[in-house]
Amino acid sequence: MLAYLTKRLFWSIPMLIAVSIVAFIIIQLPPGDYATAYVAELRHQGDTVDPLMEQEIRVHFGLDKPIYVQYWWWISGIVLHGDFGQSLDYNMPVSNLIWARLGLTLAISITSLLLTWLIAIPIGVYSATRQYSALDYVFTIFGFIGRGFPEFLTALVLMWLAYSWLNMDVGGLMSAGMEQQPWSFAKVIDVASHIWVPLVVLATSGTAGLIRVVRANMLDELNKPYVETAYAQGLSERRVVWGYPVRVALNPFISTIGWALPSLISGDVITAVVLNLPTTGPLLLRALKNQDMYLAGSFILILSVFTIIGTLISDILLALSDPRVRRG
Amino acid sequence: MTEDTPLVEITDLGVEFRMREGVVRAVDGVSLHVRKGEVLGIVGESGSGKSISVRSIMQLLPKTAVLSRGSVLFRPPCGGEIDIAKLDRKGKEIRSLRSRHIGMIFQEPMTALSPVHTIGRQVMTPIRLHLGLGKKAARDRARELLQLVQMPRPDQMLDAYPHELSGGMRQRAMIAIALACNPSLLIADEPTTALDVTTEAQILDLLKSLQERLGMAIIFITHNFGVVADIADRIAVMYMGRVVESGPVDDIFEKPQHPYTRALMASVPRLGAERRRRLTTIPGMVPDPFELPKGCSFHTRCSEAVAGTCDRLDAPLIDLAGGRNVRCHLHSQNQTGGPDVG
Repeated sequence: MLAYLTKRLFWSIPMLIAVSIVAFIIIQLPPGDYATAYVAELRHQGDTVDPLMEQEIRVHFGLDKPIYVQYWWWISGIVLHGDFGQSLDYNMPVSNLIWARLGLTLAISITSLLLTWLIAIPIGVYSATRQYSALDYVFTIFGFIGRGFPEFLTALVLMWLAYSWLNMDVGGLMSAGMEQQPWSFAKVIDVASHIWVPLVVLATSGTAGLIRVVRANMLDELNKPYVETAYAQGLSERRVVWGYPVRVALNPFISTIGWALPSLISGDVITAVVLNLPTTGPLLLRALKNQDMYLAGSFILILSVFTIIGTLISDILLALSDPRVRRG
Repeated sequence: MTEDTPLVEITDLGVEFRMREGVVRAVDGVSLHVRKGEVLGIVGESGSGKSISVRSIMQLLPKTAVLSRGSVLFRPPCGGEIDIAKLDRKGKEIRSLRSRHIGMIFQEPMTALSPVHTIGRQVMTPIRLHLGLGKKAARDRARELLQLVQMPRPDQMLDAYPHELSGGMRQRAMIAIALACNPSLLIADEPTTALDVTTEAQILDLLKSLQERLGMAIIFITHNFGVVADIADRIAVMYMGRVVESGPVDDIFEKPQHPYTRALMASVPRLGAERRRRLTTIPGMVPDPFELPKGCSFHTRCSEAVAGTCDRLDAPLIDLAGGRNVRCHLHSQNQTGGPDVG
């Protein structure tokens, strides 16, 4: 196990380096650079700009240096000082922008993810063990509708229902007046009355998909001979199902937990925009639209790092749960 | 219980699969019995209903199967008599019999063991469930069992996972699980079919020596006559959900009475048989289970079928001397002295 872990950790180092290089190249891909964009912005606002100024800015930010020197500055700034560079659009350090929203994003995403697992795994297992029962059909119908219905539409419908039937304003994460106030009991209540909409929206579509996956995996496993062996030992159905096939059926699912991590940060952009949530998704969207290069690039880098860490977590979990991986 | 009272007595057992295309009678009026400490071999082709018949003894039928008629009497050593056919397949009574009194070995040792639990854990499960032993005592018992089935390095194997074992070792582990609670009946469903020939011989030897030592009864299912010849006391031959012939092993090998038994035996390859002779096969195919032939179900493939009788009338079960039974018109003709056309 220790050797396996060391090996996996070791391999993630070259992966991280490669990913940072690719991320940096992506930042550089759009034509022009920070200086051209900045000067164009000033001109757009009607300022007269000294042609020398563009060159000065370029020198000031080191944009005239070869790309590998720039890469070194960028990456050493991130690694040594946690400095991701400056956001053009917001005119503030990228790290301030990202970390402020990351906590909230993680809170919403992880809660909805746990909610999804909590609902979907038992339902998926039930659907498989009672295949073609009335409830299985009900869950199947729910699954297809939940999967086929776009999230942003669910969000809009929920908002409309809450507004017109319950007289609630559920857009955003808290009421307009609350934002500037310090945290208090009233504020927590206010956030709770808003946060259920994104949670329901995200959990609905996630649950619908996951039920199908768990059900399909379980149906595969339930017909395997080791399940019959377990029954032949006199174990009750509950102990057989949860102790044997569920353990195996969750393995493919565990190996994809890692992918949940990056999608926690980047995913559900449209839903977040529709619901006006101050999460990272809309920020990334805006950065890409406005060619806010360092912000977008840092996002790509952070997402990639999360992907690598997530995959590592997945591998460790899978090794813990499946001896064939651990000792194969 | 006297020596003659059977340990298990299956009478007129019927198991049906009700499917959209119709009803399949996988087991159609099977009667079998096994005495204490006796080894019964059940021989038949795939789809003859042999696996389904013995799974009824443990109520381990597929979900779509219905136990439609008959009784399965089991007499546990603690006394009493239980009709297993009447028990709820998920109920407490049948669960307290499984593994406790009736152990089972399956065909595929590769897939019949849980891939995510250690061998020790899997052997300990029935011990802890039925004998109520603590973790440590159960582990000691598991170690003894692994020694009993001649598992190499039993101490190490307790903590090994199935994928780290060879096929023969997995089947030994399977046997250890089945024998964990000292059952009075062991059901072995083609336990050597998935193994190579040398391993098959080792497992057969092991089962034989375990039977001599522990004295449990064994029902041994196989499609290969050669496998049961050595281990069985009695043999039952099944075809299309029925027992077509049964009797002591030597008698059946010496003088098979049913044309199907003869055909099966002729299709077993033998060392030292005439050179370059093609192996005999049984002509035709197993009939479509949705459209069983009228009359004796074997007449479509039988080389001795009598037109007008075998294709019209159900074959009767005929008692022969020496504890033998055969289900065939040819023998009813012998009995009555002429063709029984009706």
